[in-house]
Amino acid sequence: MRLTLQIWRQKAPDAPGAFVDYQVDASPEMSFLELLDQLNERLTLEGGDPIAFESDCREGICGTCGLMINGIAHGPQQGTATCQLYVRRFSDGDVITVEPWRSAGFPPVRDLVVDRSAFDDIIQAGGYITVPTGSAPDANLVQVARGEAELAMDAAACIGCGACVASCPNGAGQLFTAAKLAHLNLLPQGQPERSRRTLAMVAQMEEHFGSCTNHRECEAQCPKGVSIDFITMMNRDYRMAVRENRKAGGEER
Amino acid sequence: MLLDAGTPAGPIEEGWDAHRFGVRLVNANNKRRFHVLVVGSGLAGASAAATLAELGYRVTVLTFHDSPRRAHSIAAQGGINAAKNYRNDGDSVFRLFYDTIKGGDYRAREANVFRLAQVSNQIIDQCAAQGVPFAREYGGLLDNRSFGGAQVSRTFYARGQTGQQLLLGAYQALSRQIGLGNVELLSRTELLDVVVADGRAVGVVARRLLTGEVVSIAAHAVVLATGGYSNAFFLSTNARNSNATAIWRAHKRGALFANPCFTQIHPTCIPQSESFQSKLTLMSESLRNDGRIWVPRETTDAPPEAVAEDDRDYFLERRYPAFGNLVPRDVASRAAKQVIDADLGVGPRRNGVYLDFAEAIGRLGADTIRTRYGNLFEMYERITGEDPYRQPMRIYPAPHYTMGGLWVDYNLMTTVPGLYAIGEANFSDHGANRLGASALMQGLADGYFILPVTIGDYLAPQLGQPEPTTDRPEFAAAEAQVREQVARFTSARGSRSVDWFHRELGRILWDECGMARSREGLERAIAAIRALRAEWDADLRVPGTGDELNQSLERAGRVQDFFELGELMCRDALEREESCGGHFRLEHQTPDGEALRDDERFTFVSAWRHAGPDAPAELHREDLQFRLAQPTQRSYR
Repeated sequence: MRLTLQIWRQKAPDAPGAFVDYQVDASPEMSFLELLDQLNERLTLEGGDPIAFESDCREGICGTCGLMINGIAHGPQQGTATCQLYVRRFSDGDVITVEPWRSAGFPPVRDLVVDRSAFDDIIQAGGYITVPTGSAPDANLVQVARGEAELAMDAAACIGCGACVASCPNGAGQLFTAAKLAHLNLLPQGQPERSRRTLAMVAQMEEHFGSCTNHRECEAQCPKGVSIDFITMMNRDYRMAVRENRKAGGEER
Repeated sequence: MLLDAGTPAGPIEEGWDAHRFGVRLVNANNKRRFHVLVVGSGLAGASAAATLAELGYRVTVLTFHDSPRRAHSIAAQGGINAAKNYRNDGDSVFRLFYDTIKGGDYRAREANVFRLAQVSNQIIDQCAAQGVPFAREYGGLLDNRSFGGAQVSRTFYARGQTGQQLLLGAYQALSRQIGLGNVELLSRTELLDVVVADGRAVGVVARRLLTGEVVSIAAHAVVLATGGYSNAFFLSTNARNSNATAIWRAHKRGALFANPCFTQIHPTCIPQSESFQSKLTLMSESLRNDGRIWVPRETTDAPPEAVAEDDRDYFLERRYPAFGNLVPRDVASRAAKQVIDADLGVGPRRNGVYLDFAEAIGRLGADTIRTRYGNLFEMYERITGEDPYRQPMRIYPAPHYTMGGLWVDYNLMTTVPGLYAIGEANFSDHGANRLGASALMQGLADGYFILPVTIGDYLAPQLGQPEPTTDRPEFAAAEAQVREQVARFTSARGSRSVDWFHRELGRILWDECGMARSREGLERAIAAIRALRAEWDADLRVPGTGDELNQSLERAGRVQDFFELGELMCRDALEREESCGGHFRLEHQTPDGEALRDDERFTFVSAWRHAGPDAPAELHREDLQFRLAQPTQRSYR
């Protein structure tokens, strides 16, 4: 197969960027990132400048990779991270644009690499259950209804790749934040810190990201199919937390 | 030199309790006077850093990732073992200990393994309390499944994403400590040297990956939690960036490297399809609970449905009726290799064996199978374009885990005082073969429950001494060495890329130091590695400069270390004139093709000392004694 890749090149965060066209020969059995590996090999040997892009596990779980391919986060195959996208999804002669995540919350680093540390900030603000090592009771002391555990797992499946933010016209971080809140707020172990966690994470989210206006692009482009139902849960939890906080005289914050 | 692990005297069952009573402690208020540097943020690193910070130590975490949550522990699929005996099926601490020692083919240290089995239960408690969404029964209690090498059901799991969920638990505990200001996180920062002064580890030199800045960091103790070295093979189940640089450079600064040839080849991976492939993808061992492994009895290109039941060889069930498809990984891998070598392989390249769910789907229904393995089936379909609900998966062994690593004593300290190694980075608990669902257990045991206690023994006597500083000549010298290496790479303008060399090195190691090894082959491999290394020195090309994000430069340093480590793997495999676990020497096998140990001569840990760039590494030994589990010929029949 012969493909044309239009790839965003940008030397540094404040340097101007532009699309550069590359003609490549590809095999349908290649993963999309292996196609980029092969192009980088060629650029290296030609004395050019290889394209900076990030990936690690290459099995769709670490969340490191993330490219905007033809305007869709992680490309045309639903429920798939970029690293699990195969060239067989494309046709001979296709022109494919490849861009980094573009969002104010994810400042550019170089070429296709961006800075997603805002997600770490949100977790640090409250995305945990406080349980110092050694202080836990026997694991079977706390029962968790199977349905709740499964739903918590659906939310916990988020890989933190940032596709939700990148796909959102507002650059909102709602789906990421809501997924973590739902995971922890659904479980009995997460109840004592529920309000505090919700307020702190939402506040941190709003420092970095835009607002949700229900476009649902995040859900459509999430490689793990995380549902926007969790955003509804977050909104409900947030209202409850604000009310509780008011009653408690602002102590939760 | 004979190494002393400092294992407690007296009954093994009481050893850890007695030892904990014996170690020196740092008073709660004094802990903040000590600065501990943790390198790596996987299960071992994140759990250790979080726990040390909770205790009151000042902690710095270094990771080359953009976020601690990316560490490769996240990709572990199947589960984590513990001796809870919630199933009432005869499990106990002793049984988990015994299975692990036997699974490791009697090449692990009894005292460590017993301790591991003891703390396994606390790990499950800790993780459940953190909100790890483990699979549950309808009554709300925790579910279990079976894994290879065990006849009890002791594996806890969160769908096929157990590693992800355990890592997120540890990452969240770590994040809490970062938020509280107790941990400083340096992401996108790669360790490039360990600094040793006055015979102790006093810090590290690292490179900030976005700017190329070379920085020194001083600490009272350094903990390496940087994982294993399967990527020496180039094609492995490891992540692209997993590497051995931290442990290898520590080795060159004096830390002994133990059992480098003990590498695990995982039986259930998707076979290689094309020559440009960048990694091999694991299909969890848990699939062997319900999948049946077979090949046609005679060489054929017929599709699986065209092979009649009587013409199929369920070779694991036939050879090992007691454990069947759940034999340990080394046994399953070797059996697959034997049928493929006999040209009975399946798939377009005849490089796989079938893992067939038809019988389980017929018995349990597709929905049950989807609940258990849905995400794995999807992953398989995405990669191969084949639907495992309708046709059997094709699988083949691939490098997956390394039991070898830095030698550590019972306190998890390397032979360099103040330098610790935890998780896969050390060699300690799995002997010559690791059982499934035991890597997560060991990483978290080391990080949550063992290191945070034992490190006090080293730190306590340092109370009142001056704060460690980077203002000493050893730091300047290490920095200069790192800068010199960066400059050498970035001026390399030959005609071959880093990846080309890595692929070639991997091919040599896989062919001669993979699933079957021989004296002849290993000697050939050492010569080939040296020849390739000479070519590397002359003909490598690294684009770009050292003062920017330069991924080729990062890889160059890692591959250079794999060259040296690869040679040591071959040396070690050559010296170990026996077969045990994942180390299979063709010269040493039983008449029916099983590994033949030589307990008389080889009941020891090989620990190699670096002797300089031009001298061969020196072999030291730690003799292993078995007091509870008497070595026998491993049998899974």
